[in-house]
Amino acid sequence: MPSVSAKNIVKFYETKNDKIQALCGISFNVTKGELFGIIGPDGAGKTSLFRILTTLLLADKGAASVDGYDVVKDFKEIRKIVGYMPGRFSLYQDLTVEENLEFFATIFNTTIQQNYDVIKEIYIQLEPFKKRRAGKLSGGMKQKLALCCALIHKPSVLFLDEPTTGVDAVSRNEFWDMLKKLKQQGITILVSTPYMNEAALCDRVALMQLGKILSINSPAEIINQFKKDLFAVRSSKMLSLLNDLKNFNEVEDAYFFGAYHHVVMKHKNEEQDLKNYLSKYSNDNLEIKNIQPDIEDCFIELMKQSHEIELH
Amino acid sequence: MNENKAITVDKLTKKFGDFTAVDAISFDVNAGEIFGFLGANGAGKTTAMRMLCGLSLPTSGTATVAGFDVYHQTENIKKNIGYMSQKFSLYEDLTVKENINFYAGIYGKSNQFIKEKTSQVIANLHLENEVDKLVKSLPLGWKQKIAFSVSIFHEPEIVFLDEPTGGVDPITRREFWSMIYKAAESGITIFVTTHYMDEAEYCNRVCIMVDGHIKAMDTPPQLKKRYNATSMDEVFLKLARNAERAQAP
Repeated sequence: MPSVSAKNIVKFYETKNDKIQALCGISFNVTKGELFGIIGPDGAGKTSLFRILTTLLLADKGAASVDGYDVVKDFKEIRKIVGYMPGRFSLYQDLTVEENLEFFATIFNTTIQQNYDVIKEIYIQLEPFKKRRAGKLSGGMKQKLALCCALIHKPSVLFLDEPTTGVDAVSRNEFWDMLKKLKQQGITILVSTPYMNEAALCDRVALMQLGKILSINSPAEIINQFKKDLFAVRSSKMLSLLNDLKNFNEVEDAYFFGAYHHVVMKHKNEEQDLKNYLSKYSNDNLEIKNIQPDIEDCFIELMKQSHEIELH
Repeated sequence: MNENKAITVDKLTKKFGDFTAVDAISFDVNAGEIFGFLGANGAGKTTAMRMLCGLSLPTSGTATVAGFDVYHQTENIKKNIGYMSQKFSLYEDLTVKENINFYAGIYGKSNQFIKEKTSQVIANLHLENEVDKLVKSLPLGWKQKIAFSVSIFHEPEIVFLDEPTGGVDPITRREFWSMIYKAAESGITIFVTTHYMDEAEYCNRVCIMVDGHIKAMDTPPQLKKRYNATSMDEVFLKLARNAERAQAP
């Protein structure tokens, strides 16, 4: 039995003169103990999907279950066994750290002591400040407290909706370290993020865009499925270099990628052609190397494919 | 004042009670430069930016923005800068055109100017069919591109961009940066914050704040060299890892 199962989930939001489709038939299974990432920009449908799976929102079509319980019929059971950390900080700002945790423990008929082992590693950093009001904590600490509150009833499935959005790169790394440790306790974790580079830290990921899943696989396999030749190119004049690249008819796509431009070629084995072409232009300190794609390259490629399918 | 400096900052400090949010920071931003302003959460970026935008008075130190003093000429500063953030950019219940008219009107632009420039901006964005649509009906990426165009519509000397690409898809994020480059080429100085470390590489110079101080400031290649790193992500992690404020409550 999968830990989480979604079959053809469809969700519309209707306003006075508009009907927006947030989810266009989402299907996937998450196995017990898996760290499953849902990666996509705002508007992909990540939050709608999480709210449906945690029984806070009804789907218009499709079926879903968590630990075998149906999200519609058995919503009360599901609420007992899932932990949910919404994207917006949702703890009681004027209760202390300890009071918040006690409150959530009590709601689930348990105590901090009873499940202390689940939160220990994270809570240890908060304990010196347990008498402080939650509203007075720094961003990183609020996040740790929210995670503790979502874990205090020892859930079998944990839903984390964009826990690292707007968080600096250092705290993001720390948060993922915490998730790895939680995974060792056997908790199934579904986590959503707009940061493509966090995909590599998941067992499997679903890349989502505009209510659709573009691809589901392990990060390594998603990268494997990128079949085109990809180059990283740089010179001392990055802007004119990008224009030169875009004007070369063997180049399918060229875009900024950190310190380099990434160049997707139309055909295989064209490294020499690319070098010859670029040598004709005044590109000082030109550097060209054949590289493995990043998840972000794959996402860009999949977004374009999905867009082309729609056009046809 | 130095003609080529869009921003000058000298020992700028802001205290809230006994807490020093920004601790004597000093730097200059050249006209037409893309200046990346990075830092861990709680490093003091927002406080520093608010002072530079004329929204918060410093406790001590000096700073000029577009040649105007941050203590006494805040109204002049506001007229000569543009501002855009991820959280607040456009009025959702107004159409694209109404937003443009509203902002341009606030900056005192003439109807003639607004009319001509609106068609130009709309054409550049290929939004001819969306101009009379409510902003809330548009995808986030479009909103952010429109918001940026609106923030520089009045042709400010400097534009402050506070995490402008948060949550935006990877293709649109790159289109957005193309717009930033174009604006910089036209002479507008860009002051930008971001949590995407690849975007730090796109800046001419980057400044990294940690615990209210400027920990490092240089071009991305120089910073990578100095900290023996292969990416700005690594530089940032090395500098910000030991930040005390992110750890403290």
